[in-house]
Amino acid sequence: MDNMQKYIQTLAPKAQFEEGGQYLTTTIEPDALRKVATGLKEKGFDYLMCLTGMDYKESLGVIYHISSSNPKEKETVIVLKTSTTNREEPAIPTVSDIWEIATYYEREAYDFYGIIFVNHPDMRRLFLREDWVGFPFRKDYVVNDEINPVPTKVPDPDDYEAVPSYSLNKEGKLVKKTKSLFENKDYIVNIGPQHPSTHGVLHLRTKLEGEIIKHIDPHFGYIHRGIEKMCESMTYPQMLYLTERLDYLCGTMNRHGLCMCIEKAAGIEVPARAQYIRTIFDELTRIASHLIGWACMCNDMGSITAFIYGMRDREKIMDIYEETAGGRLMVNYYVVGGVAQDIHPNFVNRVKEFIPYMRKMIEEYHTLFTHNPIAAGRMKDCGFLTKEQAVALGVTGPSGRASGWSCDVRKIAPYAAYDKVKFDEMLHQGGGTFDRYMIRLEEIEQSLRIIEQLIDNIPEGDCRAKVPAIIKLPAGEYYQRVENARGDFGVYINSTGDKNPYRVKFRSPCLSLVTALDPMCTEQKIADLIMISGSLDYVIPCIDR
Amino acid sequence: MEVKDIKIKSMKTEDFKDNEYLQQYIEELQKDGLNIATEKLDDLINWGRSNSVWPFTFATSCCGIEFMCVAAARHDFARFGWEVTRNSPRQADVIFVSGTITYKMAPVLKRLYDQMAEPKYVIAVGGCSISGGPFKESYHVVNGVDKIIPVDVYIPGCPPRPEAMLYGMMQLQRKIKLENFFKLPKKPNISNGQTEGGNK
Repeated sequence: MDNMQKYIQTLAPKAQFEEGGQYLTTTIEPDALRKVATGLKEKGFDYLMCLTGMDYKESLGVIYHISSSNPKEKETVIVLKTSTTNREEPAIPTVSDIWEIATYYEREAYDFYGIIFVNHPDMRRLFLREDWVGFPFRKDYVVNDEINPVPTKVPDPDDYEAVPSYSLNKEGKLVKKTKSLFENKDYIVNIGPQHPSTHGVLHLRTKLEGEIIKHIDPHFGYIHRGIEKMCESMTYPQMLYLTERLDYLCGTMNRHGLCMCIEKAAGIEVPARAQYIRTIFDELTRIASHLIGWACMCNDMGSITAFIYGMRDREKIMDIYEETAGGRLMVNYYVVGGVAQDIHPNFVNRVKEFIPYMRKMIEEYHTLFTHNPIAAGRMKDCGFLTKEQAVALGVTGPSGRASGWSCDVRKIAPYAAYDKVKFDEMLHQGGGTFDRYMIRLEEIEQSLRIIEQLIDNIPEGDCRAKVPAIIKLPAGEYYQRVENARGDFGVYINSTGDKNPYRVKFRSPCLSLVTALDPMCTEQKIADLIMISGSLDYVIPCIDR
Repeated sequence: MEVKDIKIKSMKTEDFKDNEYLQQYIEELQKDGLNIATEKLDDLINWGRSNSVWPFTFATSCCGIEFMCVAAARHDFARFGWEVTRNSPRQADVIFVSGTITYKMAPVLKRLYDQMAEPKYVIAVGGCSISGGPFKESYHVVNGVDKIIPVDVYIPGCPPRPEAMLYGMMQLQRKIKLENFFKLPKKPNISNGQTEGGNK
């Protein structure tokens, strides 16, 4: 890491380094940003993990969490920070041509903070409507229903197809240009926001030529609830409640991420028993989530039997949850310092009964669906995503691993009890729909293997560490990654030492999955779009937050 | 279903219950081995309607997963005649508003509701669609769908359990059974967040 520090210093002599942080953290001037970003990309930092907009009250800034797609020894993350004091027209150069996913991340920062990214090709809002007044995440924003009432009309497509972009002229002033997303002669099909197969309220503007897809413009925000903004006025234990509502299919894992971030910041040691229980619960959730992913994908392809089978087996996991935690979909089980209560006496037996049952069922799934020549024939040879595209768009999780990118956070930066168990990171090289389909079923088997190793060895002791009634995190910035069923889920907390955070950001793995639809579906048939999106298994409320 | 107060000057309400002639006629027919039962047409229609309510597949977030559970093997709402989920609002009888409704989604939901054919019903599932739920404080969440469309049944929970959903469905069935099909109550007209007219 010292090498990287020297390297950044040569690129940007004015760079300031922070001591004692979790990662190598650098503050640079906006003018030097592009130079440093290009330099880092050349050094192999090709994965832009997270881009966070910030309001420092006197200035507006952006924080980049950059990692490598091929970490040589262990997790390597570099944090870049830049800010501008101009609140009227804050301008920061774009990095969207360096890391492709920044195209969407920067639109999000513009939506929330009004930060204009110079030379960004598409500076529309990402979540809110174009007629929204103000930038809700700024600290001086006042919620007013008279300024932004509940809209009564669906906006005209022209409103969100006018694409503005900004560039600097010779005097250094911003110049706005507007172009249209589609031409008049283009044939556009709207898929969503209400469509049974978009897995939530996603709106895809699909440009067609005959039945061949030429371009997809995803349109988000139909379920944007402003969770991150709400977190800023909540205490830390209160925030836990909202994480399960981000990606409700991997609720426990999201909650695990936030719990670990808080524990790491507050220096709370989690008892081994809680670590084991958490790992088992995480893996059960992964199985449940993959089952829904599998069931819904098959349902999208027309196989209702598979849907019924998947949901039937998922109910067994819901039963196990219910006995211990009381909840079904929202388990509400993890708390800061451990888990809410000890496991139910039946828990171990129930899980042990479940493992052989599930193994048998997976064989049945393969017999019924995977080996069905019609199903396999449809899935093969379509919807390809190369490893380079996956890294550029930050497509992690099973979908990234199906493209051959080894991106499992459980392996890169083990947490909880993952360093005590043996499991294989499933990798496929094809990157097609069939690979993504198969990898989910293979991961269920690996999860069963992890649970099998842990279930008999849950250590005795407390399941919850002693935690002060009011949790105050020391001032600083904290970032925690977890592997949820869809990929790399990240939690960023900026604390000023108060009992509520200054800024919270959740890195959603699903945004990358949806943005990958455009390169995957271009030149494919429209009939395959639903199947390809089913194989990506995204959850929209996780994107919109 | 009871005979309600009928306002005819020359005839009392009790007289409607005096069906001696009709009963004699039925007994005569039954003696000859003919199977006959008498019922009101309204009851027959409502029996049919309440047992074939087709829901619209509409879900914005978490409650949608529990809705899927109700549709699947364990809970199986086909037992109540709800099994045919429709993907088009024009073919559906009831819309389950499962999940948070945001400002951006509100006009879309209203359009979907308007596209449904009469008689139509709305079930608000979960805290979010009842009142905004855990996201009440948010700048982008509608605090209750009853500000946009009239709601027939509220199912509380975050998300409600499948059993709660089944109970909510049965409540709607009860409501349908008590309706007069030929004189359906007028739905309240909701605009700009205020309820006008209509009796619910």
